[in-house]
Amino acid sequence: MSAFQGTKMNPTKFHKSQFKFYALLIPLAVFMALPIVYIIFHAFKPIDELFAYPPRFFVQKPTLQNFKDLFTQTNSTGVPMIRYLFNSIIVTITVVVLTVLISTMAGYALSKKEFKLKKAIFEINTLALMFVPAAVAIPRYLLIEKLGLINTFWVHIFPLLAMPIGLFLVKQFIDQIPNELIEAAKMDGASDFQIFIRIIVPLVKPAMATIAILSFQLVWNSVESSTLYVNDEGLKTFAFYMSTLASQATGNNVAGQGMAAAASLIMFLPNLIIFIILQSKVMNTMAHSGIK
Amino acid sequence: MKNKKDFAPLFFLSPYLLFFITFIIIPVGAAILLSFTYFNAIESPSFVGLSNYVSLITQDEVFMQKVLPNTLTFALIVGPGGYILSFILAWALAQIPKRARTILALIIYSPSMTAGVAMSVVWMIIFSGDQTGYLNSLLITLGILVEPIQWLQSPDYLMKIMIFVTLWGSMGVGFLAMLSGVLNINSEVYEAGYIDGIRNRFQEVIYITIPSMRPQMLFGAVMAVVGTFQAGAIGVALSGANPTPQYAGQLMVNHIEDYGFIRYEMGYAAAVSVVLLLIVYIFSKVAWKLFGEKD
Repeated sequence: MSAFQGTKMNPTKFHKSQFKFYALLIPLAVFMALPIVYIIFHAFKPIDELFAYPPRFFVQKPTLQNFKDLFTQTNSTGVPMIRYLFNSIIVTITVVVLTVLISTMAGYALSKKEFKLKKAIFEINTLALMFVPAAVAIPRYLLIEKLGLINTFWVHIFPLLAMPIGLFLVKQFIDQIPNELIEAAKMDGASDFQIFIRIIVPLVKPAMATIAILSFQLVWNSVESSTLYVNDEGLKTFAFYMSTLASQATGNNVAGQGMAAAASLIMFLPNLIIFIILQSKVMNTMAHSGIK
Repeated sequence: MKNKKDFAPLFFLSPYLLFFITFIIIPVGAAILLSFTYFNAIESPSFVGLSNYVSLITQDEVFMQKVLPNTLTFALIVGPGGYILSFILAWALAQIPKRARTILALIIYSPSMTAGVAMSVVWMIIFSGDQTGYLNSLLITLGILVEPIQWLQSPDYLMKIMIFVTLWGSMGVGFLAMLSGVLNINSEVYEAGYIDGIRNRFQEVIYITIPSMRPQMLFGAVMAVVGTFQAGAIGVALSGANPTPQYAGQLMVNHIEDYGFIRYEMGYAAAVSVVLLLIVYIFSKVAWKLFGEKD
């Protein structure tokens, strides 16, 4: 009997043999969750609790005032908060969809196609993964200026579309798909495009979901493009607005502190929601999808 | 079939390559060229040959005595530590039913969701230097400390706290990939393993789980190497200054930012970043050797 303990991976229901795993995971999860709980409580704290001394972790008299302030506040240039939020949403959706699509396409070519330079391209991609963004900031700025992208909407989108990590991950996943499956489809007369849509995409959904989560976090939290490449207030993003609130708050701006707390919750929530939506894909098993 | 010119690779690759070359390869190439120049971001760069590299090795005492050892210590603890931790957690999560797993995975992944700098706000309250800091007030109440410790300004503690906070937030992409890797192993493989004489969970992990998820293990390893060497924001965010107190938490990325954006010595900063690139490359080659496909 005990010999088959090992096949209890991905179990369907609770069994007391799983208790030891809960004993490890639950205390750890509680510890990991602390800051999230803090962000949530912090956003609902009235001013006197935000500045309470010593600081309090939990909120005692929750209030929505911080959110009201945030939504009614327009900054010195008269751009309402909702405009930044709108920009962020459009930019984020565009980047996530396009990144997932072009990474998966490129991953397919690099994994299953034979052509010159294939090895070299993947090697360069892996190298690019390692370059520190801070080091490229200046050359990148000069380039973006040359391309005439300064002060356009596109400047939020284009620099983020090629994601070396995404290509790396999806290529690793496609490598696990047996060549026979693709050969068989070819025998049946499927074109490359059909193979891509009907075989590759369904089988690498976990990788695609992972890239989507990653690229979402990258673009949603990015302030770089708004800070460096955009002067027009109306084209900046919510993450940037949020960062200005935080810096105001370090001064003596008492009201800014509460708005910054509310804004950090608004920044965090979409990350959480995207993860909840996509996690079932990430954790989906390929066992049911016909690979093995 | 074989003689027919196949345009499919070009079709599938070109969108990626277009953006990859424009926004990554060209700037990186330019940064490498810049490392051989003196460039203050105002005048145009002037060629100085290898002198940036020479002074990095021979004259930059801060780099040799603090930054490089710090970076290696930090990376060698956080990299493998975070890697092993994320494998153990992914593996443990795979042993429990779906609903509980989803909730726990979400919580464990959540520190990576919030931008690292925003998170340091929470840690700053815990490690705050006066007696209102949670850790200080706890230790004083317990009678372990008499006076509050300036945790984040102290060269003795800053690095340890950075390692702790980074490990706590290191369940990122590598963790997600490993989780899907563990779950993707077919149970028949395990059954076959038991028939072949595997007796316990430890053997099961060594002989079946790890070999079956090589691509995800490799991805996790590369991400661990890259992530730890590129970390830098954390020390500055925690201590509130660049350079960090007595350079105790100074990592290579901070050194690059210090020279590039505070002193405007872009050429020198570019040289440091090329050295960083080389170090990361060497370490990920090791990871590749350990987990990569043998071909």
